[in-house]
Amino acid sequence: MKNPPFNYHRPATLTEALDLLAAHGDDAKVLAGGQSLLPVMALRLGRPDHVVDIAAIDELKHIATASGALSLGAMVRHAQAETSPMVAEHAPVVAAALPHVGHRAIRNRGTVVGSIAHADAAAEMPAVCLTLGATLHLASATGTREIAAADFFLGFFTTAALPEELVTSVTFPPWSATSGGAVVEISRRHGDYAMCGLACAIDVADGVIESAALSFFGVASTPIRVAEAEAIVVGQRPSPALFAQAAEVVADVLSPDSDIHATANHRRQIAAVLTRRGLAQSADQIGIPV
Amino acid sequence: MNLPSIRAAIGETISVTTTINGASRRFDVEPRRSLADVIRDEAGLTGTHLGCEHGVCGACTVLLDGEPVRSCLMLAVQADGTEITTIEGLANADGSLHPIQQGMYDAMSFQCAFCSPGFLMSAVALLRDNPNPSTNEIREELSGNLCRCTGYQSIVEGVETAVRIMGAQQ
Ligand SMILES: Cc1cc2nc3c(=O)[nH]c(=O)nc-3n(C[C@H](O)[C@H](O)[C@H](O)COP(=O)(O)OP(=O)(O)OC[C@H]3O[C@@H](n4cnc5c(N)ncnc54)[C@H](O)[C@@H]3O)c2cc1C
Ligand code: FES
Ligand code: FES
Repeated sequence: MKNPPFNYHRPATLTEALDLLAAHGDDAKVLAGGQSLLPVMALRLGRPDHVVDIAAIDELKHIATASGALSLGAMVRHAQAETSPMVAEHAPVVAAALPHVGHRAIRNRGTVVGSIAHADAAAEMPAVCLTLGATLHLASATGTREIAAADFFLGFFTTAALPEELVTSVTFPPWSATSGGAVVEISRRHGDYAMCGLACAIDVADGVIESAALSFFGVASTPIRVAEAEAIVVGQRPSPALFAQAAEVVADVLSPDSDIHATANHRRQIAAVLTRRGLAQSADQIGIPV
Repeated sequence: MNLPSIRAAIGETISVTTTINGASRRFDVEPRRSLADVIRDEAGLTGTHLGCEHGVCGACTVLLDGEPVRSCLMLAVQADGTEITTIEGLANADGSLHPIQQGMYDAMSFQCAFCSPGFLMSAVALLRDNPNPSTNEIREELSGNLCRCTGYQSIVEGVETAVRIMGAQQ
């Protein structure tokens, strides 16, 4: 369908963009890669009066590290992050998620931060943020603030960002050589949104798992961590039996919905399989074959 | 890039300059119009097809600065200053086909052919970056393009035929 009419703005600076969002608030939408906003408008699920295209703002285009933490600006496209050696080195779990995000043509336009701000419950990047403990950097005409990923996702397509705020970047904490992580999912076709997926990471010292994060997507209104399963593996040595035990707990704890793509029971079983797979891949990454 | 700030109220147009298949073009477009519509209606290049107009089918795939994108999921104003290649830009000036067109022709990769421009443009980018893909890699790279007729087998064979043609040319 054709897009409804809107007032179009392409500010050259961040200050101008923030002033526009302050002036138009709820009637304005940020346009980053457009790979979710344009379908939303085409299908008339949303009809903003003002569209603020942030593609010309140079301050939003960086891929950078500071003290080992990786920062991606709001206009870094999926494809740029996917081919960046810096992302591969400093945030391998982000790199592992990217090939799962849509198709190549989508990744050439869509942005990592746009995917986080859009907060689709079945999207990979919000779950990756949760698992890695990422921080979202927000700016408005009146100031800036930071929000931890754990406090950012509030519900289906709903985040803690206010209408007048722009997410300017996301930072991922330093990744250590004793960490292993993976993004595993099952979708009907490659590139489709997953029926269920998992972004996980573990930290191992002296052969023992010191910390673990398991964030599932496609099974609730936001990505969710399963603390009960994390508690099972922490303090233990990686083994198939341990991971199977965690998988059982995951299947017990999750209560996904049924929809046209999969029944709730099917999703729980997939989640259990992914738990074993994701944890085994994570352990493998730090040289502990399971 | 550092573009100047731009604004257009509802009904106003913006001047957009792009290079399409090697020729520089200028259009005055309303921001709401998709790149696909401008390619078809203003540039008159109707080889770019519109199946779904919301990013699902891939029929509208074109190359933007060499990379495949869905032209229905771009506003024409976002393409200012870029270089676009459409299906009309693939064949040589003498009318001889691009190896990928030839490969898909030889393998009968088309039935109604509505999806073909999108598959061809995606395949061009695939073979440029990976001249010898496995069958699985071909399927994965083309997974964003839908075909309601062929069942995909002949399309994959078309790309494999193109790989052989390009190999023989070297
Ligand atoms: C066919 C298809 C398949 C897809 N499959 C997947 C998939 O498997 N997994 C997946 O994760 N995604 C998938 N996507 C979505 C894709 O990843 C989008 O790129 C992403 O969700 C949004 O990023 P964007 O830059 O395109 O954002 P836009 O479409 O530009 O914006 C999306 C929303 O976020 C807001 N927004 C964007 N940037 C900011 C910002 N900096 N600050 C505040 N608000 C902002 C916008 O206002 C809008 O509401 C798919 C899309 C399509 C069309
Ligand atoms: S018409 Fe663009 S993806 Fe279907
Ligand atoms: S040949 Fe008819 S849709 Fe592909």
